[in-house]
Amino acid sequence: MVENIDKLTNICSQVRRDIVRMVHGAQSGHPGGSLGCVEYFVSLYFSIMKHDKNFKMDGLNEDLFFLSNGHISPVLYSVLARSGYFHVNELKSFRQINSRLQGHPTTHEKLPGIRIASGSLGQGLSVALGSALSKKLNNDKNIIYCLCGDGELQEGQIWEALMYAGSKKVDNIILTIDVNKQQICGSTDDILSLGNLKEKFCAFNWEVFEVNNGNNITDVLSALKRSKKSLHKGYPICILLNTEMGYGVDYMMGSHKWHGIAPNDEQLEIALQQLSETLGDY
Amino acid sequence: MELKDTRSGFGAGLLELGKTNPNVVGLCADLTGSLKMDAFEKEFPNRFFQVGIAEANMMGIAAGMTIGGKIPFTGTFANFSTGRVYDQIRQSIAYSNKNVKICASHAGLTLGEDGATHQILEDIGLMKMLPGMTVINTCDYNQTKNATIAIANHIGPVYLRFGRPKVPNFTDSEKSFEIGKAIPITQGNDVSIFSTGHTVWEALEATNILKEQGIECELINIATIKPLDQKTILESIKKTKCIVTTEEHQILGGLGCSIAQLVAKNQPTPIEFVGVDDSFGESGKPTELMQKYKIDKISIINAVKRVLKKKI
Repeated sequence: MVENIDKLTNICSQVRRDIVRMVHGAQSGHPGGSLGCVEYFVSLYFSIMKHDKNFKMDGLNEDLFFLSNGHISPVLYSVLARSGYFHVNELKSFRQINSRLQGHPTTHEKLPGIRIASGSLGQGLSVALGSALSKKLNNDKNIIYCLCGDGELQEGQIWEALMYAGSKKVDNIILTIDVNKQQICGSTDDILSLGNLKEKFCAFNWEVFEVNNGNNITDVLSALKRSKKSLHKGYPICILLNTEMGYGVDYMMGSHKWHGIAPNDEQLEIALQQLSETLGDY
Repeated sequence: MELKDTRSGFGAGLLELGKTNPNVVGLCADLTGSLKMDAFEKEFPNRFFQVGIAEANMMGIAAGMTIGGKIPFTGTFANFSTGRVYDQIRQSIAYSNKNVKICASHAGLTLGEDGATHQILEDIGLMKMLPGMTVINTCDYNQTKNATIAIANHIGPVYLRFGRPKVPNFTDSEKSFEIGKAIPITQGNDVSIFSTGHTVWEALEATNILKEQGIECELINIATIKPLDQKTILESIKKTKCIVTTEEHQILGGLGCSIAQLVAKNQPTPIEFVGVDDSFGESGKPTELMQKYKIDKISIINAVKRVLKKKI
């Protein structure tokens, strides 16, 4: 469990290097959302979650994380490798034939750390709720974490799941929404406006926390810690995490353009110049 | 012959599982009475999850509950158990290899008066195409009850299909259900009839009528459509050298297609298909619909006579 902010910041920098190198290596993948969520993932896996790198699918007596917007697999794979679920050298197999690191995460290739396939959007929250109910039945007080993209909230199943959790008081889950306000074709406001998310979640009986700068690790850590204190009180918890898509690589920030394209050789070099190698590249 | 609905067999099986297997949980999308899950709900309220009219969420919750060792049985109509939630089943259950039992009532035409919106005739095809999915279509109350109990011990996703109307309860209540095992009902040398679901009884009646006419049918109940009991099927046709398949489903993509594929590869054999021929259903009484869409005993008799003419 890492509490030191400098150490966590260093991990973030290395994870960002992993992301751009993986996507460059595959010449495909989704760097934008991955980069924007680095502080969240590093906080979870290195500081907040009680989890066992000796992976067991049942996940009894530990906290569990479910990624619903599976296309940001690069950040998940990097953080899993960097926290010891598998060797970091395996990151180079991302999106290659015969790899456990599929384009979108899957249990099918038995990659440690993955408990559900995701990619087709809108499904992860329901799965996370199921595992939260399973924990309650098992009298297991550990916590379920789930991440959804904001664009993903356009899927109807999300609202079925939100209604269920609020109505049935599933109060052992912390859902985070990556609010980067971008999706493939443009801004969420232009494509299909999400409206006032805080009011919507409150109306569905969720307790809502907001983080104005989801790329500030101190703020992310503090929000996660505060939200944990509100668990087991009859309300599911949601963190609206405002992030910047592409954060850390200047030319990827501020638009939706780097949602799902890979940098070329020259662009990779520019990106790597902006991200220090702190833990050693794979 | 006692008449009982297959869905009540499911309800009875689930109740029994509740008593014997603490990991079994029930989920329902606002059709508790129709699925006969009320007894389980009453007996095990902490293990019953009413999700409301939200089938996609139900499938996801079921997938998640397997993490931690639960064995979820989802209950809704076959239409809402498959077509409505195909992507959820595909990604969160089948591809993720989750131990979910998708239990589907009101399958096929015999749902009756509600009409074609609810009469799914494509679900066997949808489910059998998913890698790793076991597909079972039971024929009566006893078989449905025993199959419900059996699938709890099978690790992996299962689609269990049954129906609404009261039909003859003719299989042995004491015979436990073996997944992947075809069940011979009559022996004969002239034609093999491979039947599933409600059409098994129709085929049995057809077999009795044909016997009076000197035609000996080997009727085999294919309750497990995937994996197919290839050995039993191929052994039977070695003897009879012609086939009729029967099902309450589209011909395209159903049991008949699976059997045709098997025999085309191993032992090309004349075959006739009794099923719905590329059409939606409509409102009506179950027996009227079985007649109109040619999946009743008369249609089976006619199919037998057609295939006998093709026999070399």
